[in-house]
Amino acid sequence: MTELADPPKESFRLGMLIYDTRYRSLTIQVVALIGFLVLVGWLINNTANNLATLGKPINFSFLNDTAGYDINQRLLDYNSQSTHWRAAVMGLLNTLLVAFLGCVTATIIGIVVGVLRLSNNWLVARLMTIYVETFRNVPVLLWIVFSMALLIETLPSPRDFRGDDPAASMVLFDSVAITNRGIYIPEPLFSRGFGDIPVFPDRSSEACVAPEPGALLNDSCGLFQISLNLIAILAVTGAGLWGSRRIRRRADRIQAETGDRPTTWYLRLGVALVPLVGLLWALGFHLGLPELKGFNFVGGTHLRNSLIALWFALSLYTASFIAEIVRGGILAISKGQTEAAAALGLRPKRIMNLVILPQALRIIIPPLISQYLNLTKNSSLAIAVGYMDLTGTLMGITLNQSGRELEAVLLGMLIYLGISLSISGVMNWYNNRVKLVER
Amino acid sequence: MHKTQFVRTQMLEPEEPPVSSRGMVGWLHANLFSNAFNAVLSLLSLAAIYWILSQVLPWMFSPTWYGTSLENCREINGPAGGACWGVIRERWLQLLFGFYPSELYWRPIATFLLLAVALAPVLFTSVPRKLMYFTAVYPFLMPWLLWGGSIWNPIVAAMGFALGYGVYRVIYDHFGNLAASIGALVAPVLWWLFLAAPASSLLQGVIPLGIEPVQSRLFGGFMLSLTIGVVGIALSLPLGILLALGRQSDLLIVRSLSVGFIEFIRGVPLITLLFVASTLLNIFMPPGTNFDIILRVIIMVTLFAAAYMAEVIRGGLAALPRGQYEAADALGLDFWLAQRLVIMPQALKISIPGIVSTFIGMFKDTTLVSIIGLLDPLGLLRSIRADANWNGIVWELYGFVALLFFIACFSMSRYSLYLERKLRTGHQ
Amino acid sequence: MKKSVFVGALALAGLSAGVAAAGTLDDVKARGKLNCGTNTGLVGFAAPDANGEWKGFDVAVCRALAAAVLGDAMAVEFVPTTGKTRFTALASGEIDVLARNTTWTFTRDVDLKFDFVGVNYYDGQGFMVPKSLGVSSAKELDGATICIQTGTTTELNLADFFRKNNISYEPVPVETDNEAQQQYLAGACDAYTTDASGLAAVRATFENPQDQILLPEIISKEPLGPLVRHGDNEWGDVVRWTLFALVAAEELGITSANIEELSNGTDNPEINRILGTEGSLGEMLGLDPLWAKRAISAGGNYGELFEKNIGVNTPIGLARGLNAQWTEGGLQYAPPFR
Repeated sequence: MTELADPPKESFRLGMLIYDTRYRSLTIQVVALIGFLVLVGWLINNTANNLATLGKPINFSFLNDTAGYDINQRLLDYNSQSTHWRAAVMGLLNTLLVAFLGCVTATIIGIVVGVLRLSNNWLVARLMTIYVETFRNVPVLLWIVFSMALLIETLPSPRDFRGDDPAASMVLFDSVAITNRGIYIPEPLFSRGFGDIPVFPDRSSEACVAPEPGALLNDSCGLFQISLNLIAILAVTGAGLWGSRRIRRRADRIQAETGDRPTTWYLRLGVALVPLVGLLWALGFHLGLPELKGFNFVGGTHLRNSLIALWFALSLYTASFIAEIVRGGILAISKGQTEAAAALGLRPKRIMNLVILPQALRIIIPPLISQYLNLTKNSSLAIAVGYMDLTGTLMGITLNQSGRELEAVLLGMLIYLGISLSISGVMNWYNNRVKLVER
Repeated sequence: MHKTQFVRTQMLEPEEPPVSSRGMVGWLHANLFSNAFNAVLSLLSLAAIYWILSQVLPWMFSPTWYGTSLENCREINGPAGGACWGVIRERWLQLLFGFYPSELYWRPIATFLLLAVALAPVLFTSVPRKLMYFTAVYPFLMPWLLWGGSIWNPIVAAMGFALGYGVYRVIYDHFGNLAASIGALVAPVLWWLFLAAPASSLLQGVIPLGIEPVQSRLFGGFMLSLTIGVVGIALSLPLGILLALGRQSDLLIVRSLSVGFIEFIRGVPLITLLFVASTLLNIFMPPGTNFDIILRVIIMVTLFAAAYMAEVIRGGLAALPRGQYEAADALGLDFWLAQRLVIMPQALKISIPGIVSTFIGMFKDTTLVSIIGLLDPLGLLRSIRADANWNGIVWELYGFVALLFFIACFSMSRYSLYLERKLRTGHQ
Repeated sequence: MKKSVFVGALALAGLSAGVAAAGTLDDVKARGKLNCGTNTGLVGFAAPDANGEWKGFDVAVCRALAAAVLGDAMAVEFVPTTGKTRFTALASGEIDVLARNTTWTFTRDVDLKFDFVGVNYYDGQGFMVPKSLGVSSAKELDGATICIQTGTTTELNLADFFRKNNISYEPVPVETDNEAQQQYLAGACDAYTTDASGLAAVRATFENPQDQILLPEIISKEPLGPLVRHGDNEWGDVVRWTLFALVAAEELGITSANIEELSNGTDNPEINRILGTEGSLGEMLGLDPLWAKRAISAGGNYGELFEKNIGVNTPIGLARGLNAQWTEGGLQYAPPFR
């Protein structure tokens, strides 16, 4: 056994650094810190030596070089003459897009399946169990490749739409084309639109010189562009909703004062919708339908196969986990709660909404956060189906073409870390809010 | 007075329940058609099941087990089409063992059977405790069996631990706990770094005992996934425990280092860590060192798993009642003794289901190594499809690999469930 | 906690103590094995068979090299690499030579610090389209969906070609030939572009190869060849001259059939020098006199390797074209052995 610590009045001795509990923690920490710094220093030193031997000092300037490759799904303006940096941004946006879509659908499917697993319908409950077990126990990478193959092999190719007696035809009044290159859906178009405003325009660049006074600027001007139409629509919608809310508040007040609630639904609907419809009409809103022209469908919005396969596989895979979380959360609420609520005279739907779900949510949300994080991280497997996300651009083609492994991988990791930390930050904030409401 | 009275002398047999609630019909009514919504759901499900089976079954049952190439299968199947199972017959051993020499297949098989034996005392309480000794020996046995080479390598490696223990005892008697701990840490490290290799070759020179060495790049298929998974989890366990303790510690610097490490690893996708393994790890090491790719992958997978393991164990630590800590303190145990005798045995037991599910996750994640060019089952698919005979085959191979993964992961998750249930009753 | 034993045991078992700095030739000799980077699977060029034995045109180069250096054509460890990992594997010393249909470009040679030792296959990027598409030139592919393999020079060439001709296209990046083939066959892309050899190889495996055509445009030069680390000239020479020995053997008529006979001595001094009966070429390379004989016997001369792996009589069915000997109008030209 260790000796007892010396009485405190004695003067400081070196041994006290270890045996005196007051100093020991400090000693341990200093030793740990020194150990850590030595390790980091050793790694950095090795890296520097190796890079010097290879003749490739760390240098991020390759990001400003011309990328030279094309990206099929671009959320902002990009072409093969843009920089590697811009290619990385396109990748990041694609990552965020598929992660966001995936999280939304995974949550919806997960909740539905989780509830259905508890259903008293024997067949449905069994089917859902089979779904959950199959998806949970097979690697997600396999599912991604699998769904891609499924889309490619089973859907008709555009050439099947051709000819007098085509093997396939468009659906929903000829407005949606489902092909094995992806799904083409109508896109919103404005014949009298306001145009876009460039953000951070570089006035000296060629793209920002208007061809004639008053004409719209070139697409590639500025860092990115904001559609004025979108802003106008958002503003009008927001104002409409605000107005509708005011009317509801007023109705509430009148009801509280007089006991009679004025009929306001048509007023509220009108306030919310009429200005919006008016604006859309003024802008010349119409749908751009996809049509078969040349090799492909042209027009409309093209949801590519790679996006759909990735989205589909990630959502189904993650949903199988979320379903289990939801089921666990509901089962964890004791039956007494339901019975007590029923005794209070609440109807089943209100029991679920007012009693069970708020309590279950508290259990569900923390593991849900980590599922969202997993989904986002798994989206990096996009590379297997050729979806150009961050791993496909920055850590894929850019890395390959520039040969800058260290810089590209480190930068990529930092970006992913940033995304993960922001997701968990937002979700934790939400979690805390739910907690406060609860207690 | 009326003399007549009616007394039932014989009870009536209870009526049968109505047809709608007994037998087949009753079951159907209760379970499938209890209301309109359920009926619709049931019919939809039935339709879905029928549709899927009618698509898959005719394709599955195709007499192509002895097909020699895709063309051959096409001839056998005729215009109706169907699966081409010949590829599975020809390649299933490769999918399981990769390029491991076929005459040595007994070694990986023995390794993973013995793994079950070694894990038994940890996982099942009914197994004799004596087996624990085997569990302790197994970590040395496993690499030797898989990679082969001289028997002295694992023995010499194990001697490092014996040496550490011996040094601890000797110094402890003369200089006390602290010096002994430092000695017990330093001596084995020195042994491994400088003396182990010569000692091993010396012993091998005197008594040559060994089995044929196998290069790790011959590893492939499921064996590779299992090896990476098992070794990664085993190595990450001690690291994870340290990280979990570090994260719970009151010491600011230790805690922030642990938190930083855990959050960093958990914040990045595994694939980026594998990129580090495949492209950067050699750059981080002193010039001249060269780990082979499988070892590099194992290192990164271990770090990855350690972060998740730390969170699982932290959960286990948090689940322990506060009283256990206080009781250990009250007995006058110092930190490490308390951890070793009181806290860890209980916390680890609670964490086993979490550890198992971390393992399942990691085992599934090993498929990612195909992206960096290792020939795990998915990577092998690519190579097999590059064989001119099998070029163009998709579903058979995917299906086979998915089935194998499903069997492995499903049985593990069932076990974890069973364990969870058992542990829960233990606590009530 | 006992599990941490793993660290010690594993480090012993798995650490291949390679010291990359000294000199690759000595390393290879000391190791008794050649580490050769290859494709994870490319029809005709590199793929493992059911017994795990690697076969193909690129593989044959490594086998010849192993035969020359180590005297055993089977003493090769094949390290499958992807487009991404191949250069790091070579730079880090994990492999001694990379024979993975890699295009010789300026940046790879100069900026990435590698040395291309020669060209074992002259290739160029082409397009394959279904006959039914009715396209006869790549310039008619405006608006088409095109499958490309990522991680290669292909995507840059493609972007350049379409920009130069001012037409648009939709790229569909794929990881491997298999996936490209799958997408192409199902009609998910109108055209598939990669090296012409790859196109021919892929086409050969189709059910109806005659329904596909290769467009006349070859939009790039793709000299594919083995490469080694920059700065290790002795090793570079060994690889380079082993390759040249194969090429020269074909030119001089040395085949695996007559090599034993020829090595008894001929009246052609160059054959004698190659086969080690005259002069001391092997010694200058740091090898024994019979190095080239072994390299050629391993699988035959360049022409034999070509015919065996990718030639017209194989399912891949590539004509010699640019890869014929210079005497027959091709580009394969070995400098004199003297």
